[in-house]
This record gives sequence, C-alpha cells and structure tokens, in this order.
Amino acid sequence: MIDVSHLSYVIADHQILNDITTQLPRNQITALIGPNGAGKSTLLGAIARQLTPSVGEVRIGGENLTQIDPQVLAKRMAIVAQQLHVGSRIRVADLVGFGRWPHSQGRLSAADNAAISDALKRFDLTALHHRFLDELSGGQRQRAFLAMAYTQDTDWLLLDEPLNNLDLKHARSLMAHLRQMVDHGGKSVVVVLHDLNFTLAWADHVVAMRAGQVVFSGPTTEVATSIALSDLYQTEIEVTSLNDRRFALYHR
Amino acid sequence: MQPRHYYMLTFSGLLTLSVGSLFLGAQALTLSGLLNDPQKLQLLLISRLPRTLATLLTGASMAVAGVIMQLLVRNRFVEPGTTGTNEAAMLGLLAVTLLAPDWPIVLQMTIAALSALAGTLGFLHLSRRLPPQQPLLIPLVGLIYAGVLMSIATFFAYQFDLIQFIGVWMSGEFSGVLAGRYELLWLAGALSVLVYFAADQFTIAGLGQGLAISLGLRYGQIVALGVATVSMVSALVIVTVGALPFVGLVVPNVVSRLMGDNLRQSLPVVAGIGGGLVLVCDMLGRVLRSPYEIPAGTIFGIVGAVVFLSLLLGRRSHA
Ligand SMILES: Nc1ncnc2c1ncn2[C@@H]1O[C@H](COP(=O)(O)OP(=O)(O)O)[C@@H](O)[C@H]1O
Ligand SMILES: [Mg+2]
Repeated sequence: MIDVSHLSYVIADHQILNDITTQLPRNQITALIGPNGAGKSTLLGAIARQLTPSVGEVRIGGENLTQIDPQVLAKRMAIVAQQLHVGSRIRVADLVGFGRWPHSQGRLSAADNAAISDALKRFDLTALHHRFLDELSGGQRQRAFLAMAYTQDTDWLLLDEPLNNLDLKHARSLMAHLRQMVDHGGKSVVVVLHDLNFTLAWADHVVAMRAGQVVFSGPTTEVATSIALSDLYQTEIEVTSLNDRRFALYHR
Repeated sequence: MQPRHYYMLTFSGLLTLSVGSLFLGAQALTLSGLLNDPQKLQLLLISRLPRTLATLLTGASMAVAGVIMQLLVRNRFVEPGTTGTNEAAMLGLLAVTLLAPDWPIVLQMTIAALSALAGTLGFLHLSRRLPPQQPLLIPLVGLIYAGVLMSIATFFAYQFDLIQFIGVWMSGEFSGVLAGRYELLWLAGALSVLVYFAADQFTIAGLGQGLAISLGLRYGQIVALGVATVSMVSALVIVTVGALPFVGLVVPNVVSRLMGDNLRQSLPVVAGIGGGLVLVCDMLGRVLRSPYEIPAGTIFGIVGAVVFLSLLLGRRSHA
C-alpha cells in the first residue's frame, strides 16, 4: 500500500497540492481522475520522488519514501511521465533496455535480454526496435516508454495519462496488460486517466482530485456515481449500465 | 552500419593519419633516415610523436567534453566554448599569472579548472531558467555569458599588459609541443576514459532528470561528475595548447547523426573522430603555408563552422 499523508506542495506561492491524505491499495488498478490542473501529475511526481513535497510524507509498504535508497526504490516503483520530451537519439531497444538498469547496472544478462524482447513484443514494438525515438510517432514513442517501465519490473507502476496518444487498439491492449500484471503478476498500478469509460471498465479503485485536494476516493463501483462525477468535473455525466458494464455518457 | 564498422573505420583512419603526421613537417623525415640517423630519431621522439599525441588527446577529450555538456544541458548546441567554461578557465589562469606567477604548472592548472567549474555551474544555473521549447536560446545565452567573461578577462589583461597571453590561450595550436611540455594532456585523455565507464549514466541523464531518478540514478552526482570532467579537460587543454572551439560542438553532432546518442556505443567514435579531425587540421596547418604554420584552431574554426552550418540546415529540412 502507498500511504500519502498530509501532503502539500507549494511552488512560487501557488498551493498545488493541499493537505492530501489518501491510500493507494496494493494489487489493484487505481485510477487518478479529475479536471486539468487538479494536481494529478504533481501528486504522482511526489509519490515517485520526482519532486520534494513542502509538507507531509509518502510511505510505501510502511517505509518512508525518503528513507529508501534510490537504487532500491527503482526496483520497487517505476513512473512514466506525462511529458515525454526527448532530445536524445536513442534506439527503441536501447531505451527499453535501460529499464533493466536498476537490476543490472548496464550489464545485461540473458534474462534481461529476454525481458527486453518480451516487452518489445507486448507493446508492439518489435518491428520498430532499431528506430531512433525521434523517428517515431507520438503514440509509438509513448509505447516505447511504457515498455521501458514495464521492463523495470517493479511492484508499483505509475502512469501519467498513458492513453494520451494511443489509438483504440493500443489503449485497450495497454489496459489489458495492466489488468493482467495486477491479477497474475502481483503488481500494483496507479494510472491517471481522462476517459471515464476506461476508468469504469478497468479500475478497481478511484482517487478523484480537484484544485489540489482529494474530492473522493474508494472502490470504483461504489464511488464513481453520476452525482459524484458530475460534481467533480462540473459537467453533466450519467453513469449507466449496458450488458452488465458501466458506462459514462457525457458527450452531448 | 553496425557500431563495430564505425570502430574499425575510425581506428584505421586514426592510424593512417597518425603515421602521416609523424612524417610530415618542415624537416624531412623518412623511414630509412630513421634507421640510419640517430638525430632523426630524436626529432621523431622529441617533436613529432609528442605533437601527434597531443593533437589526438586534445581532439578526443574536447569532443568527449562536448558530448557530455550536450547531454547534461540536453541541448545539441553547447560545448565548453559556448558555456563560458573556456573563458572562466582563462580568467583563473589570468588571476594566477598576475598573483602567483611562480606557482608550478599543476597548481596553475588546478586554479584554472576550479575557475572553469565555477563558470560552468554558473551557465548551468542560467540554462535551467530558460524555456526548453526554445533550444536555440541556450547557446545564445551561453555565447553572451561567455562574451561577458571574455571581456572581463580582456579588461584585466589589458590593464596589466597580458593581452598576448589571451591570444595564446584562446587559439589552440600544436607547433610548440615538445616532449616534456604536453604530458598534462594525458590526464585529459584519462578523464575521457573515466567518462566511458559512466557512459550509460550520462546517456540516461540525457533523457532527463525525471527518467534518471525513476531508474534509481543519483542525478546530482552524474551532473557533478560531468561538470567536473568538462572543466578539468577544458582547463588542461587551455593550459597546454590553447582552446579549440567547435570541436566539442561539431563532432558529437556528426556522430549523433550517424549512430545516435547511446554513449556506450558512440563515445569511442566521438573521441576518435575528434582526435582525427584535429590532427587533419594540424597537418593542413603544417603544409598549407609551409614553412610557416597556421594554427590548428584557426583551421578547425573554418572547417567546423561550415560543417556545423550544414548540420543545422540539414536538420531543418529533416524535421
Ligand atoms: N512549474 C510550475 N509552476 C507553477 N505552477 C505549476 C507548475 N507546474 C504545475 N503547475 C500548476 O499546478 C497545478 C497542477 O498541475 P498538474 O499536477 O500538472 O495537474 P494535472 O496533472 O492534474 O492536470 C496546475 O494548476 C498547474 O498550472
Ligand atoms: Mg497532468
């Protein structure tokens, strides 16, 4: 479990996270939802130790995040950021291989190489493995970074809007992979999602944020209601059922 | 082409050039002369060989310094000549020359390196405040920053009648290299080898601080190692042969085009091409106006500017 308690983050007089206390359950898919600028990326960054909170702490499995050696933490938690701005010319296979760095420090074993080709296959990158990152489309690049984090083989995987550039097929396939990693691999996933239908279809747990605060959180089936979601996004949203699946209608 | 093809090409090119360099100069030197005349052997050992080695070491380590700088700043258009590193090293040297002229060269070198370090850190501090969406802003600000440091140096040099020193430090040339006067450059070479051992770390740092942290790297330590190396190398080169602008800019860009930015693969080629190109410039300088010499730095400035402009324009049409 990841325990966030009384977390605040202030930058240049802006209170971006305001006293956040919430729990992210182990061995589940947690969807982090909320309008633009709610602070989702900032919260994810604070959990992944990309930035230092002004107040409060994050515990992972009971251990304070700041007490964990960076190399050890890198075997327990991986993050794929929202902005994947890359200036370097790195080949897809090399990037994915860097995911093994925390485990092998650059000396790739046969098992490491097997993990890399498995990740390339899962994320449909085998044919692109020799390409440079700057020769890929946005979605292909996104998949390369996802494959890298997947190769890192951590207990926790944090993904910031991973569906952003993905087409329908790859979006669905990513969520299915996450589901499988959670159900059969004992992993835990936290994912920022914008499409409520993906949240309803795949997430076990929801943390909803607005203006730097948690508005509600809990099991998806219990908390993701028409009223709660309409209030969260300040727009009319209707949650309905179709063939035993829940859908959010908000397009018109 | 595979990396090993590049390695073979680079290596055979370097070997050919080095042999050529040994036999090229104002005094004729032939293989039979070497075998029969001990004086010719002296010429080889005291002058030609040191000069060739100095040229290779300088070119290789400046190219390596350039690629490290580019990865740390995450910008293709920086090198020690556009980040104030060289100018700061020179300020340090100027201070030593003024205040403690009889310190041993190693101590002078240390002051120059520390001063270069401060200058580079100053630039990094500036560059972090610039918007990443405008990559050309960083080298522009760097050039202005370097210019400011340069004018401070010139001011003091002028006041104390040391202007000719600035000329020596700022234009790299190898005609004065003799055995016993270039050995500090081996240290620059050793630093480049050290960088190779941390090649993966630098490559990852080049992918961004967030990604480096996520992979468990101590980003601050990598930056510190990189900046320290770049400063040392620049100071060493300036003290022994004088600054060689453009090497650190052009060579990494060419190699990046050919084989990408995975340093573990590309660093040997970066070093090799750096050494080779500077050697070519030095050899050209020896023959173009023989018996006079043109400084290698001057020739590289012209060649480098042309190569770099074509890279810049080529990139535009590529994008
Ligand atoms: N570097 C920054 N300086 C000032 N404000 C920032 C900075 N980064 C983010 N913010 C602000 O923090 C808030 C939360 O940002 P973010 O976590 O990216 O939101 P989300 O991911 O939920 O869209 C936004 O209002 C944004 O404008
Ligand atoms: Mg965001």
